[in-house]
Amino acid sequence: MKSEPAINNKPLNIEVNLDDKLFLNRWKPDEDSHLAIIDPSVCAGKCPGKDCTVFCPAKVYEWRNGRMTIGYEGCLECGACRIACPHGNIRWRYPRGGYGVQFRLA
Amino acid sequence: MPDKFDAIVVGAGAAGLAAAYKMAGEGLSVVVIERGDYPGAKNVMGGVLYRSAMEELIPEFWKEAPLQRPVVEQRFWLMDSQSAVTTSYKAQEWAREPYNCFTVFRGQFDQWFARKCAEAGAIIINETLVESCIVENGRVVGVRTNRPEGDLYANVVVLADGVNSMLSKQLGFHKEWEPRQVALAVMEELKLPSEVIEERFNLDPGMGATIEIYGDSTLGMVGTAFIYTNKEHISIGVGALLSQIRQRKVRPYELLEYLKSHPMVRPLIKNGKPVEYYAHLIPEGGYNAVPQLVGNGVVVVGDAAQLVNGIHREGSNLAVTSGRLAAEAIIRAHKMGAFTARELSTYEENLRNSFVMKDLKKYKNASHLLETNPQYLNEYIPFTNMALHEMLTVDGISKWQKQKTIKERVLQQRSLFSLGKDLYKAWKAVK
Repeated sequence: MKSEPAINNKPLNIEVNLDDKLFLNRWKPDEDSHLAIIDPSVCAGKCPGKDCTVFCPAKVYEWRNGRMTIGYEGCLECGACRIACPHGNIRWRYPRGGYGVQFRLA
Repeated sequence: MPDKFDAIVVGAGAAGLAAAYKMAGEGLSVVVIERGDYPGAKNVMGGVLYRSAMEELIPEFWKEAPLQRPVVEQRFWLMDSQSAVTTSYKAQEWAREPYNCFTVFRGQFDQWFARKCAEAGAIIINETLVESCIVENGRVVGVRTNRPEGDLYANVVVLADGVNSMLSKQLGFHKEWEPRQVALAVMEELKLPSEVIEERFNLDPGMGATIEIYGDSTLGMVGTAFIYTNKEHISIGVGALLSQIRQRKVRPYELLEYLKSHPMVRPLIKNGKPVEYYAHLIPEGGYNAVPQLVGNGVVVVGDAAQLVNGIHREGSNLAVTSGRLAAEAIIRAHKMGAFTARELSTYEENLRNSFVMKDLKKYKNASHLLETNPQYLNEYIPFTNMALHEMLTVDGISKWQKQKTIKERVLQQRSLFSLGKDLYKAWKAVK
Protein backbone atom coordinates (compact mmCIF):
# COMPACT_ATOMS: atom_id res chain seq x y z
CA MET A 1 0.00 0.00 0.00
CA LYS A 2 1.22 3.47 -0.81
CA SER A 3 1.52 6.06 1.91
CA GLU A 4 -1.08 8.82 2.07
CA PRO A 5 -0.24 11.73 -0.21
CA ALA A 6 0.46 15.13 1.20
CA ILE A 7 -1.86 17.95 0.24
CA ASN A 8 -1.44 18.99 -3.37
CA ASN A 9 1.20 21.69 -3.30
CA LYS A 10 1.16 22.97 -6.82
CA PRO A 11 1.88 26.69 -7.08
CA LEU A 12 -1.07 28.86 -8.03
CA ASN A 13 0.88 31.42 -10.07
CA ILE A 14 -1.86 33.96 -9.55
CA GLU A 15 -1.35 37.64 -8.97
CA VAL A 16 -4.17 39.35 -7.12
CA ASN A 17 -4.57 42.97 -6.22
CA LEU A 18 -6.36 42.48 -2.93
CA ASP A 19 -6.86 46.21 -2.44
CA ASP A 20 -9.11 46.22 -5.52
CA LYS A 21 -11.33 43.69 -3.76
CA LEU A 22 -11.36 45.37 -0.37
CA PHE A 23 -12.08 48.70 -2.03
CA LEU A 24 -15.44 47.32 -3.18
CA ASN A 25 -16.76 47.06 0.37
CA ARG A 26 -18.31 49.66 2.63
CA TRP A 27 -16.20 50.34 5.69
CA LYS A 28 -16.75 52.25 8.92
CA PRO A 29 -13.37 51.93 10.62
CA ASP A 30 -13.19 52.61 14.34
CA GLU A 31 -10.42 54.77 15.76
CA ASP A 32 -8.93 51.91 17.75
CA SER A 33 -7.99 48.46 16.59
CA HIS A 34 -10.21 45.56 17.62
CA LEU A 35 -7.22 43.26 16.97
CA ALA A 36 -3.94 43.06 18.84
CA ILE A 37 -0.86 40.89 19.13
CA ILE A 38 -0.74 39.64 22.70
CA ASP A 39 3.05 39.13 22.90
CA PRO A 40 5.10 40.60 20.01
CA SER A 41 8.13 38.57 21.02
CA VAL A 42 6.25 35.38 20.13
CA CYS A 43 5.82 36.55 16.51
CA ALA A 44 9.47 37.56 16.32
CA GLY A 45 11.03 34.62 18.07
CA LYS A 46 8.75 31.61 17.99
CA CYS A 47 6.81 31.87 14.76
CA PRO A 48 8.97 31.35 11.67
CA GLY A 49 5.93 30.60 9.47
CA LYS A 50 3.99 33.84 10.18
CA ASP A 51 0.94 31.96 8.94
CA CYS A 52 -1.47 34.82 9.63
CA THR A 53 0.25 36.92 6.98
CA VAL A 54 -0.71 34.21 4.47
CA PHE A 55 -4.14 32.83 5.37
CA CYS A 56 -5.83 36.08 6.41
CA PRO A 57 -8.31 36.76 3.58
CA ALA A 58 -7.88 40.53 3.99
CA LYS A 59 -4.11 40.51 4.49
CA VAL A 60 -4.60 42.38 7.74
CA TYR A 61 -1.28 41.08 9.12
CA GLU A 62 2.02 42.03 7.54
CA TRP A 63 5.51 41.41 8.85
CA ARG A 64 7.52 44.60 8.45
CA ASN A 65 10.87 45.52 9.92
CA GLY A 66 10.73 42.88 12.60
CA ARG A 67 7.22 43.53 13.80
CA MET A 68 3.68 42.54 12.95
CA THR A 69 1.56 45.35 11.59
CA ILE A 70 -2.22 45.11 11.86
CA GLY A 71 -4.32 46.81 9.20
CA TYR A 72 -7.51 46.33 11.22
CA GLU A 73 -9.40 48.85 9.07
CA GLY A 74 -9.68 46.26 6.29
CA CYS A 75 -10.63 43.34 8.53
CA LEU A 76 -13.51 41.20 7.23
CA GLU A 77 -14.21 39.99 10.79
CA CYS A 78 -14.09 36.30 9.91
CA GLY A 79 -12.17 35.19 13.03
CA ALA A 80 -9.71 32.92 11.21
CA CYS A 81 -6.64 34.57 12.77
CA ARG A 82 -7.86 34.02 16.31
CA ILE A 83 -8.45 30.32 15.68
CA ALA A 84 -5.48 29.55 13.44
CA CYS A 85 -2.68 31.60 15.02
CA PRO A 86 -0.36 28.70 15.92
CA HIS A 87 0.45 30.38 19.23
CA GLY A 88 -2.95 31.74 20.19
CA ASN A 89 -1.24 35.11 20.15
CA ILE A 90 -4.02 37.28 18.71
CA ARG A 91 -6.44 39.16 20.90
CA TRP A 92 -9.55 39.20 18.79
CA ARG A 93 -12.74 41.12 19.37
CA TYR A 94 -15.51 42.29 17.18
CA PRO A 95 -15.32 46.00 16.35
CA ARG A 96 -17.64 48.15 18.42
CA GLY A 97 -21.28 48.10 17.38
CA GLY A 98 -21.84 49.94 14.10
CA TYR A 99 -18.14 49.87 13.11
CA GLY A 100 -16.18 47.71 10.70
CA VAL A 101 -17.24 46.26 7.39
CA GLN A 102 -20.92 46.66 6.45
CA PHE A 103 -22.02 44.21 3.75
CA ARG A 104 -24.82 45.15 1.39
CA LEU A 105 -25.40 41.88 -0.49
CA ALA A 106 -24.12 38.34 0.23
CA MET B 1 -37.85 50.66 26.65
CA PRO B 2 -38.27 48.29 29.58
CA ASP B 3 -35.12 47.31 31.43
CA LYS B 4 -36.17 43.70 31.66
CA PHE B 5 -37.41 41.50 28.82
CA ASP B 6 -38.75 38.02 28.55
CA ALA B 7 -35.94 37.28 26.10
CA ILE B 8 -32.84 38.88 24.65
CA VAL B 9 -31.60 37.57 21.31
CA VAL B 10 -27.95 38.26 20.49
CA GLY B 11 -27.47 38.47 16.74
CA ALA B 12 -29.94 39.24 13.95
CA GLY B 13 -29.14 36.30 11.70
CA ALA B 14 -31.30 33.45 10.52
CA ALA B 15 -31.34 31.64 13.88
CA GLY B 16 -31.75 34.68 16.09
CA LEU B 17 -34.50 36.24 14.02
CA ALA B 18 -36.36 32.94 13.82
CA ALA B 19 -36.31 32.72 17.61
CA ALA B 20 -37.33 36.37 17.99
CA TYR B 21 -40.20 36.07 15.49
CA LYS B 22 -41.65 33.03 17.19
CA MET B 23 -41.38 34.43 20.71
CA ALA B 24 -42.71 37.87 19.80
CA GLY B 25 -45.61 36.22 18.00
CA GLU B 26 -46.52 34.46 21.25
CA GLY B 27 -46.60 37.77 23.08
CA LEU B 28 -43.23 37.59 24.82
CA SER B 29 -41.27 40.83 25.12
CA VAL B 30 -38.20 40.35 22.96
CA VAL B 31 -35.20 42.49 22.08
CA VAL B 32 -32.76 41.56 19.31
CA ILE B 33 -29.28 43.07 19.53
CA GLU B 34 -27.30 43.35 16.32
CA ARG B 35 -23.76 44.70 15.97
CA GLY B 36 -24.06 45.70 12.29
CA ASP B 37 -25.56 48.90 10.92
CA TYR B 38 -28.62 46.81 10.05
CA PRO B 39 -29.54 43.12 10.22
CA GLY B 40 -27.50 41.34 7.56
CA ALA B 41 -24.65 43.86 7.48
CA LYS B 42 -22.35 41.29 9.06
CA ASN B 43 -23.99 38.15 7.75
CA VAL B 44 -22.39 36.16 4.98
CA MET B 45 -23.85 33.08 3.37
CA GLY B 46 -23.09 31.37 0.08
CA GLY B 47 -26.65 32.14 -0.56
CA VAL B 48 -29.07 29.22 -0.34
CA LEU B 49 -32.12 29.63 1.88
CA TYR B 50 -34.33 26.57 2.24
CA ARG B 51 -38.05 26.99 2.03
CA SER B 52 -39.38 24.35 4.43
CA ALA B 53 -37.69 25.54 7.63
CA MET B 54 -38.64 29.14 6.93
CA GLU B 55 -42.19 28.22 6.09
CA GLU B 56 -42.68 26.64 9.49
CA LEU B 57 -42.40 30.20 10.76
CA ILE B 58 -43.92 32.34 8.04
CA PRO B 59 -46.25 30.52 5.63
CA GLU B 60 -45.72 31.52 2.01
CA PHE B 61 -42.95 33.91 2.98
CA TRP B 62 -41.69 33.77 -0.61
CA LYS B 63 -44.57 35.97 -1.67
CA GLU B 64 -43.18 38.94 0.21
CA ALA B 65 -39.56 38.26 1.18
CA PRO B 66 -36.74 39.73 -0.93
CA LEU B 67 -35.36 36.61 -2.63
CA GLN B 68 -33.05 36.26 -5.59
CA ARG B 69 -33.99 33.13 -7.57
CA PRO B 70 -35.73 29.84 -6.82
CA VAL B 71 -33.12 27.12 -7.38
CA VAL B 72 -34.30 24.71 -10.09
CA GLU B 73 -31.02 23.01 -10.79
CA GLN B 74 -28.19 21.81 -8.58
CA ARG B 75 -24.98 20.93 -10.38
CA PHE B 76 -21.97 19.07 -9.07
CA TRP B 77 -18.54 19.19 -10.61
CA LEU B 78 -15.58 16.96 -9.95
CA MET B 79 -12.85 19.24 -11.14
CA ASP B 80 -9.33 18.62 -12.35
CA SER B 81 -6.99 21.34 -13.51
CA GLN B 82 -8.16 21.34 -17.14
CA SER B 83 -11.42 19.41 -16.98
CA ALA B 84 -14.40 18.41 -14.91
CA VAL B 85 -16.78 15.50 -14.62
CA THR B 86 -20.18 17.04 -14.10
CA THR B 87 -23.62 15.95 -13.07
CA SER B 88 -26.76 17.76 -12.07
CA TYR B 89 -30.36 17.47 -11.08
CA LYS B 90 -32.95 19.84 -12.47
CA ALA B 91 -36.60 19.71 -11.51
CA GLN B 92 -39.61 21.66 -12.75
CA GLU B 93 -41.28 21.04 -9.40
CA TRP B 94 -38.66 23.35 -7.91
CA ALA B 95 -39.69 26.10 -10.33
CA ARG B 96 -43.13 26.48 -8.81
CA GLU B 97 -44.71 26.85 -5.41
CA PRO B 98 -43.89 25.88 -2.78
CA TYR B 99 -40.30 25.72 -4.19
CA ASN B 100 -37.37 23.93 -2.60
CA CYS B 101 -34.85 26.68 -1.94
CA PHE B 102 -33.83 30.14 -3.06
CA THR B 103 -30.69 32.14 -3.52
CA VAL B 104 -30.85 35.21 -1.30
CA PHE B 105 -28.79 38.21 -0.30
CA ARG B 106 -28.65 38.17 3.45
CA GLY B 107 -28.05 41.92 3.46
CA GLN B 108 -31.60 42.25 2.12
CA PHE B 109 -33.34 39.16 3.46
CA ASP B 110 -32.31 39.68 7.07
CA GLN B 111 -33.56 43.26 7.03
CA TRP B 112 -36.94 42.00 5.84
CA PHE B 113 -36.94 39.20 8.42
CA ALA B 114 -36.10 41.71 11.17
CA ARG B 115 -39.00 43.92 10.03
CA LYS B 116 -41.29 40.90 10.37
CA CYS B 117 -40.00 40.43 13.92
CA ALA B 118 -40.65 44.11 14.65
CA GLU B 119 -44.18 43.80 13.27
CA ALA B 120 -44.67 40.84 15.61
CA GLY B 121 -43.61 43.05 18.52
CA ALA B 122 -39.87 42.52 18.90
CA ILE B 123 -37.50 45.44 19.38
CA ILE B 124 -34.46 45.45 17.07
CA ILE B 125 -31.40 47.35 18.29
CA ASN B 126 -28.66 47.79 15.67
CA GLU B 127 -25.07 49.02 15.96
CA THR B 128 -24.69 47.44 19.36
CA LEU B 129 -22.17 44.82 20.37
CA VAL B 130 -22.88 42.41 23.20
CA GLU B 131 -19.60 42.05 25.05
CA SER B 132 -20.62 39.47 27.60
CA CYS B 133 -23.46 37.76 29.35
CA ILE B 134 -24.33 38.96 32.82
CA VAL B 135 -24.19 35.95 35.12
CA GLU B 136 -25.62 35.99 38.64
CA ASN B 137 -25.75 33.00 40.97
CA GLY B 138 -24.97 30.55 38.22
CA ARG B 139 -27.53 31.82 35.76
CA VAL B 140 -27.49 34.16 32.82
CA VAL B 141 -29.68 37.14 33.63
CA GLY B 142 -28.83 39.56 30.84
CA VAL B 143 -26.16 41.00 28.58
CA ARG B 144 -23.58 43.77 28.74
CA THR B 145 -23.35 45.87 25.59
CA ASN B 146 -20.77 48.40 24.46
CA ARG B 147 -23.18 51.27 25.04
CA PRO B 148 -23.06 53.45 28.14
CA GLU B 149 -25.51 52.05 30.69
CA GLY B 150 -25.93 49.29 28.18
CA ASP B 151 -26.87 46.43 30.48
CA LEU B 152 -30.08 44.65 29.54
CA TYR B 153 -31.86 42.00 31.55
CA ALA B 154 -34.11 39.10 30.59
CA ASN B 155 -35.37 35.73 31.75
CA VAL B 156 -33.59 34.05 28.88
CA VAL B 157 -30.74 35.02 26.56
CA VAL B 158 -30.63 33.40 23.12
CA LEU B 159 -27.04 33.26 21.85
CA ALA B 160 -27.28 33.58 18.07
CA ASP B 161 -23.95 35.34 17.72
CA GLY B 162 -22.68 33.31 14.81
CA VAL B 163 -19.79 30.99 14.07
CA ASN B 164 -17.25 32.77 16.25
CA SER B 165 -19.54 32.07 19.18
CA MET B 166 -17.65 34.27 21.58
CA LEU B 167 -20.41 34.40 24.19
CA SER B 168 -20.99 30.69 24.73
CA LYS B 169 -17.21 30.26 24.79
CA GLN B 170 -17.07 32.86 27.58
CA LEU B 171 -19.69 30.83 29.43
CA GLY B 172 -17.52 27.73 29.08
CA PHE B 173 -20.00 25.90 26.83
CA HIS B 174 -17.17 25.10 24.44
CA LYS B 175 -13.47 25.73 24.00
CA GLU B 176 -12.07 27.80 21.16
CA TRP B 177 -12.82 26.01 17.87
CA GLU B 178 -9.90 24.15 16.42
CA PRO B 179 -8.75 25.13 12.91
CA ARG B 180 -10.10 21.82 11.65
CA GLN B 181 -13.57 22.57 13.02
CA VAL B 182 -14.18 25.54 10.74
CA ALA B 183 -13.84 26.25 7.05
CA LEU B 184 -12.57 29.59 5.83
CA ALA B 185 -14.52 30.75 2.80
CA VAL B 186 -14.06 33.77 0.57
CA MET B 187 -16.62 34.96 -1.92
CA GLU B 188 -17.36 37.69 -4.42
CA GLU B 189 -20.49 39.05 -6.00
CA LEU B 190 -20.09 39.57 -9.74
CA LYS B 191 -22.62 41.79 -11.50
CA LEU B 192 -24.09 40.60 -14.81
CA PRO B 193 -27.38 41.30 -16.63
CA SER B 194 -30.09 38.79 -15.72
CA GLU B 195 -30.56 37.65 -19.35
CA VAL B 196 -26.87 36.84 -19.58
CA ILE B 197 -27.06 34.79 -16.39
CA GLU B 198 -30.13 32.95 -17.69
CA GLU B 199 -28.50 32.20 -21.02
CA ARG B 200 -25.23 31.00 -19.57
CA PHE B 201 -26.90 28.79 -16.98
CA ASN B 202 -29.69 27.56 -19.25
CA LEU B 203 -32.42 29.02 -17.05
CA ASP B 204 -35.96 30.19 -17.60
CA PRO B 205 -36.44 33.84 -16.64
CA GLY B 206 -36.20 34.31 -12.90
CA MET B 207 -35.03 30.77 -12.14
CA GLY B 208 -31.70 29.90 -10.57
CA ALA B 209 -28.98 27.26 -10.45
CA THR B 210 -26.24 26.28 -8.04
CA ILE B 211 -22.92 24.59 -8.74
CA GLU B 212 -20.84 22.85 -6.08
CA ILE B 213 -17.29 22.13 -7.17
CA TYR B 214 -14.96 19.56 -5.64
CA GLY B 215 -11.35 18.71 -6.29
CA ASP B 216 -8.93 21.10 -7.97
CA SER B 217 -11.16 24.01 -6.96
CA THR B 218 -9.77 23.64 -3.43
CA LEU B 219 -6.46 22.11 -4.55
CA GLY B 220 -7.71 18.90 -3.00
CA MET B 221 -8.24 20.47 0.42
CA VAL B 222 -11.42 19.46 2.26
CA GLY B 223 -13.92 22.01 1.06
CA THR B 224 -15.87 23.17 -1.96
CA ALA B 225 -16.10 25.97 -4.39
CA PHE B 226 -19.52 27.21 -5.39
CA ILE B 227 -21.27 29.32 -7.98
CA TYR B 228 -24.81 30.53 -7.29
CA THR B 229 -27.02 32.60 -9.54
CA ASN B 230 -28.75 35.68 -8.17
CA LYS B 231 -30.99 38.04 -10.12
CA GLU B 232 -28.22 40.24 -11.46
CA HIS B 233 -25.21 38.83 -9.69
CA ILE B 234 -23.29 35.61 -9.51
CA SER B 235 -21.94 34.55 -6.15
CA ILE B 236 -18.65 32.76 -6.55
CA GLY B 237 -16.66 31.49 -3.64
CA VAL B 238 -14.38 28.85 -2.27
CA GLY B 239 -13.82 27.48 1.19
CA ALA B 240 -11.73 24.81 2.84
CA LEU B 241 -10.84 23.69 6.34
CA LEU B 242 -8.88 26.45 8.02
CA SER B 243 -6.34 23.87 9.22
CA GLN B 244 -5.58 22.87 5.63
CA ILE B 245 -5.51 26.42 4.26
CA ARG B 246 -2.94 27.19 6.92
CA GLN B 247 -0.94 24.02 6.27
CA ARG B 248 -1.03 24.46 2.50
CA LYS B 249 -0.04 28.14 2.86
CA VAL B 250 -2.84 29.30 0.61
CA ARG B 251 -3.82 32.91 0.25
CA PRO B 252 -7.61 32.60 0.07
CA TYR B 253 -8.05 35.44 -2.45
CA GLU B 254 -5.50 33.79 -4.74
CA LEU B 255 -7.47 30.56 -4.56
CA LEU B 256 -10.60 32.51 -5.49
CA GLU B 257 -8.86 34.04 -8.52
CA TYR B 258 -7.52 30.61 -9.46
CA LEU B 259 -11.09 29.33 -9.47
CA LYS B 260 -12.31 32.28 -11.50
CA SER B 261 -9.61 31.66 -14.10
CA HIS B 262 -10.35 27.93 -14.43
CA PRO B 263 -11.39 27.04 -17.99
CA MET B 264 -14.65 25.50 -16.68
CA VAL B 265 -15.55 28.65 -14.75
CA ARG B 266 -14.19 31.53 -16.82
CA PRO B 267 -16.88 31.54 -19.54
CA LEU B 268 -19.68 31.49 -16.96
CA ILE B 269 -18.50 34.64 -15.21
CA LYS B 270 -17.02 36.50 -18.17
CA ASN B 271 -17.42 40.29 -17.87
CA GLY B 272 -18.89 39.88 -14.39
CA LYS B 273 -18.00 43.02 -12.48
CA PRO B 274 -16.92 42.41 -8.87
CA VAL B 275 -19.06 44.49 -6.50
CA GLU B 276 -18.38 43.05 -3.04
CA TYR B 277 -15.81 40.75 -1.41
CA TYR B 278 -16.40 38.60 1.67
CA ALA B 279 -14.70 36.24 4.05
CA HIS B 280 -16.47 34.11 6.59
CA LEU B 281 -15.99 31.02 8.69
CA ILE B 282 -18.33 28.08 8.31
CA PRO B 283 -18.82 25.63 11.18
CA GLU B 284 -17.54 22.23 10.01
CA GLY B 285 -17.06 20.41 13.29
CA GLY B 286 -20.35 18.61 12.84
CA TYR B 287 -22.06 16.47 15.42
CA ASN B 288 -19.01 16.02 17.64
CA ALA B 289 -18.41 19.76 17.88
CA VAL B 290 -21.92 20.78 18.93
CA PRO B 291 -21.38 22.51 22.28
CA GLN B 292 -23.52 22.61 25.38
CA LEU B 293 -26.78 24.06 24.05
CA VAL B 294 -28.62 24.98 27.20
CA GLY B 295 -27.76 26.57 30.52
CA ASN B 296 -29.62 28.39 33.24
CA GLY B 297 -31.32 31.28 31.46
CA VAL B 298 -29.51 30.72 28.18
CA VAL B 299 -29.67 28.73 24.92
CA VAL B 300 -27.33 28.55 21.89
CA VAL B 301 -28.63 28.38 18.31
CA GLY B 302 -27.46 28.37 14.69
CA ASP B 303 -23.81 28.69 13.66
CA ALA B 304 -22.88 29.51 17.26
CA ALA B 305 -23.85 25.92 18.03
CA GLN B 306 -21.99 24.51 14.97
CA LEU B 307 -25.31 23.56 13.36
CA VAL B 308 -24.18 23.16 9.74
CA ASN B 309 -24.45 20.11 7.52
CA GLY B 310 -21.36 20.63 5.40
CA ILE B 311 -21.89 17.56 3.24
CA HIS B 312 -25.18 18.99 1.94
CA ARG B 313 -24.16 22.66 2.29
CA GLU B 314 -27.22 23.17 4.51
CA GLY B 315 -26.99 25.77 7.25
CA SER B 316 -29.72 28.36 7.02
CA ASN B 317 -32.39 25.69 7.51
CA LEU B 318 -30.63 24.28 10.56
CA ALA B 319 -30.29 27.82 11.91
CA VAL B 320 -33.95 28.72 11.41
CA THR B 321 -35.12 25.41 12.86
CA SER B 322 -32.88 25.68 15.91
CA GLY B 323 -34.10 29.23 16.53
CA ARG B 324 -37.71 28.12 16.29
CA LEU B 325 -37.23 25.13 18.60
CA ALA B 326 -35.38 27.28 21.12
CA ALA B 327 -38.25 29.77 21.03
CA GLU B 328 -40.79 27.02 21.60
CA ALA B 329 -38.88 25.82 24.65
CA ILE B 330 -38.65 29.38 25.99
CA ILE B 331 -42.38 29.93 25.44
CA ARG B 332 -43.05 26.74 27.38
CA ALA B 333 -40.68 27.81 30.16
CA HIS B 334 -42.41 31.20 30.19
CA LYS B 335 -45.73 29.49 30.89
CA MET B 336 -44.13 27.53 33.71
CA GLY B 337 -42.43 30.65 35.03
CA ALA B 338 -39.04 28.97 35.39
CA PHE B 339 -35.97 29.29 33.18
CA THR B 340 -33.30 26.98 34.47
CA ALA B 341 -31.45 24.52 32.23
CA ARG B 342 -34.04 21.92 33.21
CA GLU B 343 -37.00 23.82 31.77
CA LEU B 344 -35.03 24.93 28.72
CA SER B 345 -33.72 21.44 27.98
CA THR B 346 -36.78 20.72 25.85
CA TYR B 347 -34.96 22.77 23.21
CA GLU B 348 -32.10 20.31 23.14
CA GLU B 349 -34.45 17.36 23.26
CA ASN B 350 -36.52 18.62 20.33
CA LEU B 351 -33.41 19.54 18.38
CA ARG B 352 -32.11 15.99 18.82
CA ASN B 353 -35.42 14.60 17.59
CA SER B 354 -35.42 16.88 14.56
CA PHE B 355 -33.59 16.51 11.25
CA VAL B 356 -30.99 18.95 12.57
CA MET B 357 -29.16 16.64 14.96
CA LYS B 358 -30.16 13.50 13.09
CA ASP B 359 -28.44 14.73 9.93
CA LEU B 360 -25.39 15.95 11.82
CA LYS B 361 -25.17 12.53 13.43
CA LYS B 362 -25.51 10.73 10.11
CA TYR B 363 -22.47 12.54 8.71
CA LYS B 364 -20.52 12.87 11.92
CA ASN B 365 -17.44 11.12 10.51
CA ALA B 366 -17.60 12.36 6.92
CA SER B 367 -15.54 15.54 7.27
CA HIS B 368 -12.93 13.73 9.35
CA LEU B 369 -12.72 10.95 6.76
CA LEU B 370 -11.99 13.43 3.97
CA GLU B 371 -9.50 15.24 6.15
CA THR B 372 -7.53 12.15 7.10
CA ASN B 373 -7.87 10.55 3.65
CA PRO B 374 -6.95 13.28 1.16
CA GLN B 375 -6.98 10.73 -1.65
CA TYR B 376 -10.75 11.08 -2.05
CA LEU B 377 -10.44 14.65 -3.32
CA ASN B 378 -6.81 14.56 -4.35
CA GLU B 379 -6.56 11.32 -6.30
CA TYR B 380 -9.97 9.89 -7.03
CA ILE B 381 -11.29 13.06 -8.66
CA PRO B 382 -8.27 13.23 -11.03
CA PHE B 383 -8.67 9.45 -11.64
CA THR B 384 -12.30 9.96 -12.66
CA ASN B 385 -11.35 12.78 -15.01
CA MET B 386 -8.50 10.76 -16.46
CA ALA B 387 -10.68 7.68 -17.02
CA LEU B 388 -13.36 9.64 -18.87
CA HIS B 389 -10.73 11.51 -20.82
CA GLU B 390 -9.20 8.22 -21.96
CA MET B 391 -12.48 6.57 -22.88
CA LEU B 392 -13.91 9.60 -24.69
CA THR B 393 -10.80 10.71 -26.57
CA VAL B 394 -10.96 8.95 -29.95
CA ASP B 395 -7.49 8.33 -31.23
CA GLY B 396 -7.41 4.90 -32.89
CA ILE B 397 -6.49 3.06 -29.70
CA SER B 398 -8.85 0.23 -28.80
CA LYS B 399 -11.17 0.55 -25.80
CA TRP B 400 -9.64 -2.61 -24.34
CA GLN B 401 -6.24 -0.95 -24.42
CA LYS B 402 -7.64 2.26 -22.93
CA GLN B 403 -9.28 0.36 -20.11
CA LYS B 404 -5.98 -1.33 -19.44
CA THR B 405 -4.15 2.01 -19.39
CA ILE B 406 -6.67 3.48 -16.95
CA LYS B 407 -6.36 0.48 -14.66
CA GLU B 408 -2.57 0.58 -14.74
CA ARG B 409 -2.44 4.27 -13.96
CA VAL B 410 -4.78 3.91 -11.02
CA LEU B 411 -2.94 0.88 -9.68
CA GLN B 412 0.36 2.72 -9.91
CA GLN B 413 -0.95 4.89 -7.09
CA ARG B 414 -3.48 2.69 -5.33
CA SER B 415 -3.69 -1.04 -4.70
CA LEU B 416 -6.97 -2.81 -5.35
CA PHE B 417 -7.11 -3.49 -1.65
CA SER B 418 -6.83 0.19 -0.71
CA LEU B 419 -9.41 1.11 -3.36
CA GLY B 420 -11.84 -1.37 -1.88
CA LYS B 421 -11.11 -0.16 1.60
CA ASP B 422 -11.67 3.48 0.62
CA LEU B 423 -14.95 2.61 -1.06
CA TYR B 424 -16.10 0.84 2.08
CA LYS B 425 -14.98 3.70 4.33
CA ALA B 426 -16.80 6.24 2.16
CA TRP B 427 -19.97 4.18 2.24
CA LYS B 428 -19.72 3.80 6.00
CA ALA B 429 -19.28 7.55 6.50
CA VAL B 430 -22.46 8.48 4.64
CA LYS B 431 -24.73 5.46 5.03
